[in-house]
Amino acid sequence: MASSRPAVEIRNLVKAYVRGGERVPVLVDITLDIAQGEFVALMGPSGSGKSTLLNLIAGIDKPDGGTLQVDGLDITTMSEAELAAWRARHVGFIFQFYNLIPVLTAFENVELPLLLTHLRADQRRDHADRALAMVGLADRARHYPSELSGGQQQRVAIARAIITDPTILVADEPTGDLDRKSAADVLNLMGRMNRELGKTVVMVTHDPHAAEAAGRIVHLEKGVLDTPA
Amino acid sequence: MYWLKLAFRNALRHRLRTALTVLGLVVAILSFGLLQTIVDAWYAGANNASPNRLVTRNAVSLTFPMPLAYREKIRAVPGVRAVGAANWFGGIYVDKKNFFPQFAVDAPAYFPMYREYVIDDEEWRAFMRDRKGAVVGRKLAQTYGFRVGDTVPLQGTIFPGVWQFNVRAIYDGAQPGTDTSQFFFHWDYLNETVNKRFRHRANQVGVFVVEIDNPDRAAEVSGAIDATFRNSLAETLTETERSFQIGFVKQTEAIVIAIRVVSFVVIFIILAVMANTMAMTARERIGEYATLKALGFGPGVVAILIFGESLAIAAAGCSIGVALTFPVGDWFAARMGTLFPVFKVSVETVALQVVCALAVGIIAALFPARRATGVRIVDGLRTI
Amino acid sequence: MAIPLRYSVRNLRTRKVTTLLTAAGMALVVFVFAAVLMLDAGLRAALVATGQYDNIIVTRRAAGTEIQSIVDREQAAIVGSQPEIAMTGGARLVSREVVVLIALPKRGTGVPTNVGIRGVEPAGIALRPQVRVTAGRMFKPGAAEVMVGKSIAERFDDARIGATLRFGGRSWVVVGTYDAGGSGFDSEIWADSDQLMQSFRRQAFSSVVARLADPGSYEALKAGLEGDPRLTLDVKREKEFYEEQSRTLSNFIRYLGVTLSVIFSIGAMVGAMITMYTSVANRTGEIGTLRALGFGRRSILAAFLFEAVLLALIGCAAGLALASVMQLVQVSTLNWDSFSEISFRFTMTPNIVAQAVLFALAMGVVGGLLPALRAARLKIVDALRSA
Repeated sequence: MASSRPAVEIRNLVKAYVRGGERVPVLVDITLDIAQGEFVALMGPSGSGKSTLLNLIAGIDKPDGGTLQVDGLDITTMSEAELAAWRARHVGFIFQFYNLIPVLTAFENVELPLLLTHLRADQRRDHADRALAMVGLADRARHYPSELSGGQQQRVAIARAIITDPTILVADEPTGDLDRKSAADVLNLMGRMNRELGKTVVMVTHDPHAAEAAGRIVHLEKGVLDTPA
Repeated sequence: MYWLKLAFRNALRHRLRTALTVLGLVVAILSFGLLQTIVDAWYAGANNASPNRLVTRNAVSLTFPMPLAYREKIRAVPGVRAVGAANWFGGIYVDKKNFFPQFAVDAPAYFPMYREYVIDDEEWRAFMRDRKGAVVGRKLAQTYGFRVGDTVPLQGTIFPGVWQFNVRAIYDGAQPGTDTSQFFFHWDYLNETVNKRFRHRANQVGVFVVEIDNPDRAAEVSGAIDATFRNSLAETLTETERSFQIGFVKQTEAIVIAIRVVSFVVIFIILAVMANTMAMTARERIGEYATLKALGFGPGVVAILIFGESLAIAAAGCSIGVALTFPVGDWFAARMGTLFPVFKVSVETVALQVVCALAVGIIAALFPARRATGVRIVDGLRTI
Repeated sequence: MAIPLRYSVRNLRTRKVTTLLTAAGMALVVFVFAAVLMLDAGLRAALVATGQYDNIIVTRRAAGTEIQSIVDREQAAIVGSQPEIAMTGGARLVSREVVVLIALPKRGTGVPTNVGIRGVEPAGIALRPQVRVTAGRMFKPGAAEVMVGKSIAERFDDARIGATLRFGGRSWVVVGTYDAGGSGFDSEIWADSDQLMQSFRRQAFSSVVARLADPGSYEALKAGLEGDPRLTLDVKREKEFYEEQSRTLSNFIRYLGVTLSVIFSIGAMVGAMITMYTSVANRTGEIGTLRALGFGRRSILAAFLFEAVLLALIGCAAGLALASVMQLVQVSTLNWDSFSEISFRFTMTPNIVAQAVLFALAMGVVGGLLPALRAARLKIVDALRSA
């Protein structure tokens, strides 16, 4: 029953911004399903609303209309505090610029989401060590982000993203700031998370190479889906 | 000139930060100005002393009296034009904290020596006619609402009992620095009452005020007066009025020094704040400075931008701070009642405020300017 | 669950110059605040140490200070004969004293300064157990001799052992110095009461000091003497009397000092605000990330507020360290109540430390609140966009 339910179920989603008194529509009537264990790439030109859609799925923004269910839960009706708790448990983030906390070591960055749980320090340490090992950076645990290359930082970010065993991984231009080799490594890793751990991945990208790693590509143009769900 | 305009506009880029820095400067410059003025007020008595007047007191200490008979002997000393007697009364008006100076003086001799006390003729005659009459200064009258015709009760501490005086005249100061917070009454009235109640304390004078012909001969005449009473029961010490006033201040010198030191501490506080602001600002704009250098502008231009911005902020804080010093000073003096009879913000104080603000503006910009002008173009551009 | 404290601590360490400058501003404010309170504490300690709890001092009614007070022989005799007065070896522990001021030039500056001379009777020494002769000897009753307090010996050339002071028409020899444990007596010169009276041709004393046999009998004695129609006297515990002598100067110091500290703190808080606003602006991306990961608004607020408070506490520690150095400084000034010289030290007490910490905390909170609120109010998507 749980595996047949879509990971993400979107119905008639609408979102607009108010800029200088004017209402600018960004997403117009989006309807989309993403299955459990899918690796989806959201593509489209700049201003198409793909990042906005990703933000809504991740629960860091609220839609103006429509429904959005993640793993059966309607997150559009949740309060801010509830959303925060939900994100901590269900969402893993991967950003274009890694967004690691500069004053925390790689280990501490990976451990960070676990501070929102009730795990003890030694339990947290176990999880963090394993996550870092999984991305191949166990030996860099005590390094600060400034001491790591772009590719390494992104892998730390991936470790952080999976440590709470989230329902979905959202990635916004994860290879946008990386060279070809590092980008390939990162996409490889994300692919492994998808295939070996069964994580549902939703990735925004404008790079066709990156999109090849995905199982399905969804196009957005001016807030409207090009390919129907 | 173009760069100065740019520096000025730079200061407005971060409105909140600039506004906060200016606020800090205003508070600092204002505090500094007030504290310096308090120190000036402390010395006000000495600064308004007349060079034509000497003060003769008991050599042992001010708290010992001299016989009334000394008056004629002092009068006879060559160089002396007039002698007046004065006793510190030290009474309490209603509450101990309502402090103002009260003197029993032999009016016919005393007041002519103080030409800076301006008294209306009618009121003067009324005062001379009333043995319980009193002359009060304008500031004192305003502070406690004394009017001509009022009766003022004073609780004596040195001369016990409750004494009643009738306000017959109000004196104004001829110059802005004249002390108009004093209370004078007739020495004869004090003496006859003391004679009745504590006979052994009668005919004793606290100080003699001596007017001399020639201020240049002050030291000579002082020496002559003291020589007259050497080896007598009450040896005297005569000095210029200014010296006498300074003597008081000097005994509380520790406090005055402390206040001066503290006034400079606040300048250091704001220096830390300004230095921080300029350091942060310059650090954020390293990319811009590197760009300018890449375009071919010399380090001088970068320096002008940073110093210009720092000085613009300092100038804004300084002008507002100086402008506020006057009204806030007046408010403060009014709240202090008669504690500071003269409270005027001097030109030197304002000059000092400006100098301090300038110094803060320059010093705060020194290190950031040095770092910015020395940055390598490639390093600077990397951070954009 | 909160953001770990080390997040705030390490961020302060990263921007060393800014942290140091901001903390320095706060340190100076705390220094002024603590120093003023220490000055007041020192003044009060010196004067309060001057009085014994079981001694009483009798002055003329409403006189306020011993200089202005006159107690004639009859009244003094009545006081001395009260049953509540303690006895020792058959004699009453009473000292009828005369206090006058003479002007002596201070060492170094030569400024004539009012110094109190106290004529005591033999019992007067016993009444002040804190007084110990440290050099030379005590004056002999009946002789024109004086002994000087520690502060006087240090500050006045004319008051060395062997020197001669001229007052009251006579020459007095300094035969010894005494230590009065940092109390007001350290700033006095003591002589034989009777000799002093004769010299100044006085018929009356300034005050009468006596020991109560039972400290609890104070009220009864006070009521008895003050209610007696033959007498016009005030009776106070010696401790209370001297405490009142410090009031004018103490109030002035505290009032002015605390007002100044509060005004200065505006400058320091402005500094903290600027620093914290900049911190928030520089770390907008981090804030967005933390919020995305699930940390709530309140934990963001707490983290930034803690950073500001930490800055303030660093400043507080530095300010207190600087202030405690002031304990080496001895201050001497004219006491406005007694009109004579009083000498005392800056004195640090645990109470002052506590007050300084609270003051610093307040500065941190007030300075850091608005920036922390701004950090907490950021919308996640806006914050992330500017990363």
